[in-house]
Amino acid sequence: MSIASHAESPGLWVLAWRRFRHDRVGLVSYYIVLLFVALVAASWTGLIASDWEKEVGVSHAPPTFLGPGAVASHIEPAAAPQSLHSDESAESNVIDPLAEVLAEIRGGKPIGAADTGIVDPLADVLAEIRGQSGSASATETQAATLLLGGDKWGRDVLKKVIKGTETSMFVGLAAAALAALLGTVFGAMAGYYGRWIDDLFNWFYSVFTSIPYLLLILSIAAVLNQKGTITVILILGLTGWTGIFRLVRAEYMKHKVREYVQAADAIGASHMRRIFVHILPNVSHVVLVQLSLHVVLFIKSEVVLSFLGFGVGVDTVSWGSMLNEAQTELLIGNWWQLAAATAAMAVMVTAFGLLTDALRDALDPKLK
Amino acid sequence: MFAYIARRLWQMIPTLLGVVLLVFFLFTWVGGDPAYLLAGKISNPEQIENIRRQLGVDQPIYVQLWIFITQIATGDFGVSWSTNEQVSDIFATRLGPSLTVLVPLLLVSTLLAIAAAMLVAYLRGSLTDRMVMIGCTVGQSISILVYIIVFQYLLAYRLGWFPVQGWGKGFTENLFTYSLLPIIVGVLVSLAPDTRLYRTFFLDEINQDYVRTARAKGMSETRVIWVHVMRNASIPIITNVMIQLPGLLVGAFLIERFFSIPGIGREVLLAVERSDFPVIKAVTIYVAIATMITNLLADLLYKAVDPRVQLK
Repeated sequence: MSIASHAESPGLWVLAWRRFRHDRVGLVSYYIVLLFVALVAASWTGLIASDWEKEVGVSHAPPTFLGPGAVASHIEPAAAPQSLHSDESAESNVIDPLAEVLAEIRGGKPIGAADTGIVDPLADVLAEIRGQSGSASATETQAATLLLGGDKWGRDVLKKVIKGTETSMFVGLAAAALAALLGTVFGAMAGYYGRWIDDLFNWFYSVFTSIPYLLLILSIAAVLNQKGTITVILILGLTGWTGIFRLVRAEYMKHKVREYVQAADAIGASHMRRIFVHILPNVSHVVLVQLSLHVVLFIKSEVVLSFLGFGVGVDTVSWGSMLNEAQTELLIGNWWQLAAATAAMAVMVTAFGLLTDALRDALDPKLK
Repeated sequence: MFAYIARRLWQMIPTLLGVVLLVFFLFTWVGGDPAYLLAGKISNPEQIENIRRQLGVDQPIYVQLWIFITQIATGDFGVSWSTNEQVSDIFATRLGPSLTVLVPLLLVSTLLAIAAAMLVAYLRGSLTDRMVMIGCTVGQSISILVYIIVFQYLLAYRLGWFPVQGWGKGFTENLFTYSLLPIIVGVLVSLAPDTRLYRTFFLDEINQDYVRTARAKGMSETRVIWVHVMRNASIPIITNVMIQLPGLLVGAFLIERFFSIPGIGREVLLAVERSDFPVIKAVTIYVAIATMITNLLADLLYKAVDPRVQLK
């Protein structure tokens, strides 16, 4: 804020920022979250990890600090439950003998389509992919170790974690934004107008809350019967507005009788103007804290949904789908993908949770 | 008291109607014609035709709604689309295993969380308090999936202390062989958030005037904490546990799935995977009813614990 000639009393956000700056834990978690956001932005624009699908290492490549021999000793072929690729386990330290088979498998479906006489619109792309994978196995040898290890197909776990962070955080943020929007608008309407509008939204609220959250999500997932990032965002956002609604409604009921709203009424401000221009800035701190609480909640839900296979699509990597792969990898002793996804999620969720606490303390100092 | 219960039950009707409409809308309009869904799953066209007739797909929408409401009222949701088992039978057989795991899990985790929360609330501000709180925050941030995967791998697969998964015949065998590891994992997962929450409940009470009064008149610390503080802090704890109950039945689906426990949660997951609508519809409706009833029970219990509470 600029220093005015007359003594201007600082606003809510200035005061909150002053308090927040002295909260060391909050500040550190704020920077960690910023770092994650920067990472997501870089990954989203394709600056980093855009080639996460490339098989840069050998299958099940161990992390560099373990050395290349770390895998072979652990592998018990009988324990590998994924039959599709289990046959590649023993020779994984040699130059991948299955690279061509793999390329063929990946190219399998579109080739079949071309045989039927229909012009394959993806033929060029396919040729390119096959050319790439062919040249990859011919010219570049696949690395025996990767910084954080590789997965079943030899993809770099580090890049997958970055890409997974992008997906999970995007879902969490977008779904929380949607839920906050719905909860705020519904809560504002119900709290401000009262009477039958309040009854109507309360009815909605009690209907949505009488079905346990996870069951509601699963039913909607069953009905939609399609996977994808947008679907997950819609499911989480459309079901998760209830908590925000309750709080915003209470705030509006408190604020609508205050003098500044009466003053706004006296100068002829319309209902909509009073709701969104006069009252909303005064309750926005409640929404902000709820928003960041819900980001964590939705990230956790997304991870479970994707793990179960009801979440993001098969061509997208998220922390949940990584954990799903890691579950079978752990049985043959490959713990790095599990560790990487868990660590990324734990750091992110802890930082976001602490940030939320700090935000709440800074914005609402009366609350303990 | 009786009038209160009657009024609450009366107020449930519009909510229940809303739930019925929501589920009906979801599965009839969004879900679409079952013939398309089942085309790849059931090969027998007569069977699909039967299902369509049973749902009244060709009938006007209000007839379909009426069919759905009679299904709920009679408890007869027909047969599962994928196993041909009666939906009511599915519930009857799956409830037992679910409860075998969930009742001990809930008891142990609540008692442990209360003990831990009381300890850290008593030692508030100390190093122990801060360490436990940091531990809880970090522990909470790790996905439940990781707990299950790692513990199943370490304790069952590697060390062989517990069976990796499975379910037996007798109750004792199930409880003491197959349920132990699921219960341990479940307790660990719920301990961190519960401890944090209950700690705030205890802290709210521990600073009250009546606690100082009790100490001032020379009461032993044990009595102050275990009788005076405990009794008051138990009110929000009871509400919290009660409200968790119906969701827990479904919420334990991850544990049931990993450890192959034939419970309700696993059944819901299977039904979602197979688009088995009758099962999901039935679970959603009945769990919603159970939620409303436990909310009422929670309020009544609230009154029993705290006589100051006025039910209106």
